[in-house]
Amino acid sequence: MKPEDVLALKDEPACAQNNKSKSGCAAPKPGATQGGCCYDGARNALLPIADAAHIVHGPIGCAGSSWDNRGSRSSGSDLYRVGMTTDLSDMDVIMGRGEKKLYGAIRYVAERYNPAAVFVYVTCIPALQGDDVDVVAKTASERFGLSVIPIDCAGFYGNKNLGNRIAGDAVVRHVIGTREPDPLPASSDFPGTVHDVNLIGEWNVGGEFWNVAPLFDELGLRILCSFSGDSRFREVQTMHRAKANMVVCSKAMIHVARKLEESYGAPYFEGSFYGVRDTSDAFRNFARLLNDPELDRRTEALIAREEACVANELVSIRPRVAGKRVLVFAGGYKSWSLVSAMQDLGVEVVATGTEKSTEEDKARIRELMGPQARMIEDNDQRALIAAFHDCGADVLVAGDRYIFPAMKSRLPFLDIDHVRRIGYAGYAGIIELARNLDAVANSPVWARAQNRSLAARPAA
Amino acid sequence: MAELLTPTKPLAVNPLKACQPIGASLAFLGLADCLPLEHGARGCTSFNKLFFMRHFNEPIALQTTAMDQITTVLGADGSIVEALATICERDRPKVIGLISTGLSSMQGSDIPRTVAEFRAKHPEHAGIDVIVAPATDTLGCLESGFALAVEAIIEALAPVGAALRLRHQVNVLASAMLTPGDVEDIKVWIEAYGLTPIMLPDIADSLDGHLTDTGFSTLTYGGTTGDEIGRMGRSAATLVIGRSLDGAADLLRERTGIPDYRFDGAIGLAASDAFSDALGAIANRAMPAKVARKRAQLLDAMVDTQFQLGGARIAIAADADLCASLVAFFVEMGAEVVAAVASAKGQQLASLPLDSVVIGDLEDFEWLARERGADLLVTNSHGADIAKRTGAALLRAGFPIYDSYGAHAESFVGYAGGRRTLFRIADLLAANFQELRPYRSRFRAEPDAARRSSLP
Repeated sequence: MKPEDVLALKDEPACAQNNKSKSGCAAPKPGATQGGCCYDGARNALLPIADAAHIVHGPIGCAGSSWDNRGSRSSGSDLYRVGMTTDLSDMDVIMGRGEKKLYGAIRYVAERYNPAAVFVYVTCIPALQGDDVDVVAKTASERFGLSVIPIDCAGFYGNKNLGNRIAGDAVVRHVIGTREPDPLPASSDFPGTVHDVNLIGEWNVGGEFWNVAPLFDELGLRILCSFSGDSRFREVQTMHRAKANMVVCSKAMIHVARKLEESYGAPYFEGSFYGVRDTSDAFRNFARLLNDPELDRRTEALIAREEACVANELVSIRPRVAGKRVLVFAGGYKSWSLVSAMQDLGVEVVATGTEKSTEEDKARIRELMGPQARMIEDNDQRALIAAFHDCGADVLVAGDRYIFPAMKSRLPFLDIDHVRRIGYAGYAGIIELARNLDAVANSPVWARAQNRSLAARPAA
Repeated sequence: MAELLTPTKPLAVNPLKACQPIGASLAFLGLADCLPLEHGARGCTSFNKLFFMRHFNEPIALQTTAMDQITTVLGADGSIVEALATICERDRPKVIGLISTGLSSMQGSDIPRTVAEFRAKHPEHAGIDVIVAPATDTLGCLESGFALAVEAIIEALAPVGAALRLRHQVNVLASAMLTPGDVEDIKVWIEAYGLTPIMLPDIADSLDGHLTDTGFSTLTYGGTTGDEIGRMGRSAATLVIGRSLDGAADLLRERTGIPDYRFDGAIGLAASDAFSDALGAIANRAMPAKVARKRAQLLDAMVDTQFQLGGARIAIAADADLCASLVAFFVEMGAEVVAAVASAKGQQLASLPLDSVVIGDLEDFEWLARERGADLLVTNSHGADIAKRTGAALLRAGFPIYDSYGAHAESFVGYAGGRRTLFRIADLLAANFQELRPYRSRFRAEPDAARRSSLP
């Protein structure tokens, strides 16, 4: 990918900070850099397309330590969980055999695994070598009669966000609009209009979207494609026919929604399924965009029922967590959606991390936490631990990169990373979140561990 | 004698192999006050860090030079200097392990020259050792990268020339196949003979998982100190565990003139006896009573569990050292090793008592395990799905293990480790035993219906 292509991807009219300088995020500082690369982001974004084969074109370093590391769940095909890499060797690099090997790899996978499509992730080594993966993909695609989509995402292009964007861009250009949706099954039999919608940036981590999916059915909202949690390639192809889109996670995916609006006229909104308020807002926003009074009525009835149910379930847990001081540390949209979810539980959020957050995200945080909201930009573990003590927090809520530093520091910790196995989305998810927060915040282990003299004493 | 088979596949499916840089990082994680630094794109380090975090349930000291598009094309030497200076200032380590990756190797980065540049530019950090390990991920595997780093550590820090020998001090070069639990047991074993070991590296001290009074640190939580490595020249002997460390062992012997004893592994009775014999010879004493008791317990366990293990069909997939060591153990127990897959070549694989060893991935492994009806799989956590699909039991070993608590604390080596491992295996096989399906004669009338109605 040429530098101007990378720059073009960073031009996002739908993004509030688009008029800022285009250096991208701050250049990584050698010796003090954390977080993944472009390839990491691109593969994360597309891997949940469950019936596709995902081939990592590169040496073993790229896939060897990272395959099958994502908590996205599928209700059917599990081909996406099969790790595939061209495993380039020294001789492949020296002799320039990468393209040939990739072609052979696609053939092998096509014959043996019968994938719905093949995604090829181009990593640093073949990018530097100059492998013409577009041509290999095109040739293989014609030869084997299946879609082969090259994703040009060398790690040295930039960070994970850029990778997300590269993935979305490739899907918009190569996949969306290549097939029409199926007619509604005869058995579906719904009293009222069924509306087609998409979710963009919903990953179904730990299967959490299954908490919410039944409610869509109940409202008569057919999800043409959840991009990309528990999705199938044939669903991604039909995304252009949705009448409304929701951008669930990752600001980096907003351009997919924008392109769908520009090209097919489908409006979109940004939302989240974390917390009661956000979940209800998401359904209201769909009803508003779809402009169907009957849907409005059904939505309000559903929200009233579900919220009452959650309130009832939380009666016993709420007093155990209310008033706890929580430091939320999660990037991007989670920096506000989790704040709101925590506030729903009566928990006091004392600070929130804003790594990867946009100006809009920060505005939402101020809306929720007041103008004095404490935001932590630095993703350094030590700074985070210092902030925790500074704020007098009781529990740290963060992703798994922070879990073990937190535990070493004897801080109560709730893991909300994307490799977790517990789902926190939707009305049922908030109850789960409350239970787990209760367990962490009120565990007797912390007091024992924090009492150093006690911990240091050898067992009698 | 085993034939080495290399399937001609154009790709790796469900890779067994992890890269050399990650192995080199692991070796450096066994040094005290160390911060390994990978020279490559940020993603390499991000993945490798998470890989070890999930395996060890520990924060992992690991940094990156974060090569980007410009430095990849125009040269990233400046990034190395900047990274080293940043780490020296921010983290104050005693040692930095500087590891090349596929990207920087391909770029042709001259790391030793760049380190010299760093030295010239930053004399204030002269006290901090920088050890360069050339570990591209286009060659070898985790184990060979680990071995390269051990060699680099010896090259950088081990003394040269003969010194006054201490009769009770021994060096131990410990391969990547050993868990922190293994390394800890080996230390105790050696100490039982009245000897004092210097482990290189010592992941039992750094990655065993222990809370410290200082809390979180960006450096390692323990490990071999530079001082200890400096004293390695005075040991009476060197014990080398794992064939992958042959190169490192040669170098140490060449530099110090200290005789060494080499072992392919220390799992099972025969391998443990060979190790004990060497300790006896070095210490000039008979087997201590405590060790003899453990040995007797292992023998008893072998007897108790032979019914489960005898004839059991075992499939093993791991890096060469661990694979070979486990094969020897299962063969000793009378089990039948029906499949052995190694991630990369190792010298000892050809001499294993099997028909063939496959150099391949977990797809090959799954196919072999299914084809040959394996009862037990021995491999890393990625084997969990394979076990489910093939109906075999799974014993977790190797890297990564991310779905089992305390996996890093398990020990396989020595008499006690072998005994516990036998019990675990026997339990797995027993729990996985497939009983015969009931057969209903078509001439019998519903016997179950009558019985069901009589239940309360």
